[in-house]
Amino acid sequence: MKPAPFTYHRARDIDDATRLLSRLTDDGGDPRVLAGGQSLVAMMNYRLARPGHLIDIGRLTTLRGLRTGEDGALHIGALTTHHAVETAPDAVLAPGFTVLRDAMRWVGHLPIRTRGTVGGSLAHADATAEWCLLAVLLDAVIVAQGPAGVRHIEAGDFFHGHYTTALGPDELLTEVVFPRPAPRAALTEFAPRHGDFATVSAAVDLDVAGDGHTVRGGRVALGGVAATPVRVPAAEAVLARGGTAGPELASAVARAAAGAVDPPADAEYRRGLARTLVERAVRQAVAR
Amino acid sequence: MSGRPGGTGRLVGTSVRRQEDPRLLTGRGRFTDDVHLPGMLYAHFVRSTVASGSVVSLDLSAVREVPGVVAAFDAADLGLGDITARLDRPAGEFVPTAMPVLARDRVRFAGEPLAVVVARDPYAAEDGTEAAKVVHDTRPAVTRDTQALAPGAPLVHDAAAANTLLDVTMFATEGIDSVFDRAHCVVDVETRTGRQNALPLETRGAVAAWDDRDRQLVLHTSTQVPHQVRTVAARCLGLDERAVRVLVPDMGGGFGLKCVVGREEIAVAAAALRLGRPVKWTEDRKEALTASFLAREQHYRVRAAFDAEGRMLGLDADIVCDMGAYSCYPFTAGIEPLMAAAEMPGVYRLPAYRARARAVTTNKAPSAPYRGVSRPQFVLVVERLFERAARELGLDPVEIRRRNLITEFPYTGVNNITYDPGSYRESLDLCERTLREEGWYAARDTAAAEGRHLGIGYACFSERTGYGSAAFAQRKMEVVPGFDLAEVRMDTSGALTVTSGTMSHGQSHETTMAQIAADELGLPLEKVRLHQGDTERVAYGWGTFASRSIAVGGSAVRRAAAELGRKLRHLAAARWGVPPDEVVLGPGAVRRADGTAELSHTELARIAYLATHLLPEGMEPGLTATASFDGVGDGTFSNATHGVVVELHEGTGQVEILRYVCVEDCGVAVNPQVVEGQCRGGIAQGIAGALFEEITYDAQGEPSATGFMDYKVPTALEIPDVTVRHLETPCAFTETGAKGAGEGGTIGAPAAVLNAVNDALRPTGVELNDIPVTPQTIAHALEQHS
Repeated sequence: MKPAPFTYHRARDIDDATRLLSRLTDDGGDPRVLAGGQSLVAMMNYRLARPGHLIDIGRLTTLRGLRTGEDGALHIGALTTHHAVETAPDAVLAPGFTVLRDAMRWVGHLPIRTRGTVGGSLAHADATAEWCLLAVLLDAVIVAQGPAGVRHIEAGDFFHGHYTTALGPDELLTEVVFPRPAPRAALTEFAPRHGDFATVSAAVDLDVAGDGHTVRGGRVALGGVAATPVRVPAAEAVLARGGTAGPELASAVARAAAGAVDPPADAEYRRGLARTLVERAVRQAVAR
Repeated sequence: MSGRPGGTGRLVGTSVRRQEDPRLLTGRGRFTDDVHLPGMLYAHFVRSTVASGSVVSLDLSAVREVPGVVAAFDAADLGLGDITARLDRPAGEFVPTAMPVLARDRVRFAGEPLAVVVARDPYAAEDGTEAAKVVHDTRPAVTRDTQALAPGAPLVHDAAAANTLLDVTMFATEGIDSVFDRAHCVVDVETRTGRQNALPLETRGAVAAWDDRDRQLVLHTSTQVPHQVRTVAARCLGLDERAVRVLVPDMGGGFGLKCVVGREEIAVAAAALRLGRPVKWTEDRKEALTASFLAREQHYRVRAAFDAEGRMLGLDADIVCDMGAYSCYPFTAGIEPLMAAAEMPGVYRLPAYRARARAVTTNKAPSAPYRGVSRPQFVLVVERLFERAARELGLDPVEIRRRNLITEFPYTGVNNITYDPGSYRESLDLCERTLREEGWYAARDTAAAEGRHLGIGYACFSERTGYGSAAFAQRKMEVVPGFDLAEVRMDTSGALTVTSGTMSHGQSHETTMAQIAADELGLPLEKVRLHQGDTERVAYGWGTFASRSIAVGGSAVRRAAAELGRKLRHLAAARWGVPPDEVVLGPGAVRRADGTAELSHTELARIAYLATHLLPEGMEPGLTATASFDGVGDGTFSNATHGVVVELHEGTGQVEILRYVCVEDCGVAVNPQVVEGQCRGGIAQGIAGALFEEITYDAQGEPSATGFMDYKVPTALEIPDVTVRHLETPCAFTETGAKGAGEGGTIGAPAAVLNAVNDALRPTGVELNDIPVTPQTIAHALEQHS
């Protein structure tokens, strides 16, 4: 469990990183970006990943931190750790984005959260990763920088399959933007052990009227039921029909979600989990 | 002399702080991987990627070209002897296996070592292994016990017909069939238990170097049995045993996996001798999970006969243990089946018993003892039988146990084992009363009314500990463990070094052995240090396994200390001109019984070494003593009852443990806090077996788990708080009254948890008898019902 040989580079800034990525890609050097290393290094130790070059972006401090734009969008730098989000004060993480902070307790264990990064998680694209699910749920925009300049990629277009994304081999993921607050959103999941990747994860974002209890619509997303996190239109259709926030609605949304997914493995169990977890997520979102 | 120390010390029985904690908790422990020697090289192994096949060719020439690689050796290069463990049983009962240090023509499991690569650093060593060119002729793999025993199955070892390494019918009470024919009630259970890894967090490892001055191979390795490693290393390498010194640094767990001798440490030693340089091997987690020693995969078909009042009349067991590719040294593949058959009746009275026990060989990593050895499994089976019988007979599951527990001691069972006194009934009563008084029975009723699924489960069991050589001899091993040695040595300042043949791999011997010796000599604890893990320092030691260390090793320590105490008393008595029985050892000094005089240990030690002209006539200089102790009769039985409350969650299938109570009796607890730690750690491993861990193999013999993502060892977050309550039935024949306490937690937990799960499942009509129970299984059972 020692990695195969590789060449280590430490990037000075974003341009340096993208230049290195571009040059080494062109040379066939198979470079990989090293951020927190919580997935990549383990895969290298098992020799399941064998990059020829590692480009360490750990010194690119401009990629670290949270910022709210004038339009109310939340910008999270790629190098921001899960732990930084988990512990971000309201002044930094506006109350409308509390779902992000609360979701962090599901990410690995504390030591992993103190090193693992938001950008790393998105770029790694595990089908049950919390950030991937949140991005799909909340229409996040992933910002990438490469030789051709800056690209903005909708989360819905970003995840292509297991560990594969729209990111080019010479592109650096620099930021993820959550365009609007989601005050009535929630994420929950189940794994046999705390800290594991979820068997199934569920997240919902409800559109609730000013009266606080009339649901006008919303979004439902699931991880662990397909090769990427998926939105569940059948469940969202139930929300779109509207109704009073309560157990009946939660149950109806959950049934619709479970009926709409076709997990590739352990289908019956995962459908059951999807139902349980969507119901929990709706209840939690309503309770916010 | 049992029960009370000869000195005036009162450390035994108190929870003094662990002496080893300051260094271990501040990162200053020294483990095998912390051993660095000048010029040291690093080893990594080329391993078989197929489960079964012949090696057509093995070409290491490209390996030797890899930058940083210094050498690469295959079996032919090293020419080492095999590791063969034997039982003294006829060929119809037992077939030995020759386990080569490096596989030669045949590979029998995926992960089996084929060659050792030695390089300047561990990275280059692993690069080197990738360059090996291995051509296998793949054969069909045998991966299930039923497949192994099926007619016409491929043979894992040509000499082992029907893939059977052991087949013994240990007991067959006359007339047992008619007992079953006539019984009021017969219940049966078929159980399979998953293959597990004992999982010491410190993996195996070795650092080997030749010492020219001592003409010795010095082998640092993480082992529970230093002298066993010495024996095997000397045999395989063709050296006198004197020419091998095994040193064991701090250990991060063993749990039985390290009480057998592995192949890698021998290969590393051979490489170090060839190269004339130190060589280190640190097992990585992938190797630890796939290529070390596994355990616990067993298949039981058992019937029990009961009368109308719920008294057990007969037990008829068919036990098959899947021992993987080879017999482990020194215990052999008989370790699990023989333990199961010999001890299955456990804490219950039983008039008629039949047990057939088999070990089958399969194309999987071999099995070694693992904390509890078969007892977690057969206790689970027997406790399931009682639950089933209770249902059939309309009896309370606790009541039916009460009617069968042994209450008169000593009790000689149908299995020819004599059980020394214990608190079987008392521990069950206290455990049940605790759960009742805490309101868990009421909580179960409330939950049921609300449509939730709460269940309560128990396990009653005993644990044979302190096996002496007579008890071990019944296993018919070629080498018979049992006794142990201790030496005590007081230096010229009056401080004491205790050397024991046991080997703590986390059991706090530095504390508990010191408590025993300090009490005996009236010394403060800080004046006593334990030395262990060095074959040069004690003539022989059997190491630490089978919950033997305090019962056997601790007794030897007390005897040696008592011998030294006699000398101190004589010396002091001579100085004062009084009889020795008027001298008292301690606290803190040596005193006249009438309180009129005292001498410090330091002063007496000074005389014994530096002023020997003052010694009484006939007394030898120096203050040392050695003693041995052998377990008596059938050993001593610790016992416990575990009580568990679980809630099953619909939808997720999660099993949540709401309450865990362990009422244990290990005789005199030398250090109650250490005993509690042993209970809790053992219970965590038992819960792991019941609910989390399993290594499965696919039809090609590929193991399912290469890391902790797949091998679901529970973390502290999955393990509940455990309340441990103590009862004390002192052992009559160990020197301190202590019985062993190392394995009990692991033994009781699977049965108690599974019984609780089944209690919660009762309304569904689903009954689960296999472990581990997965969330998926539970979710399915609850789904079917709702």
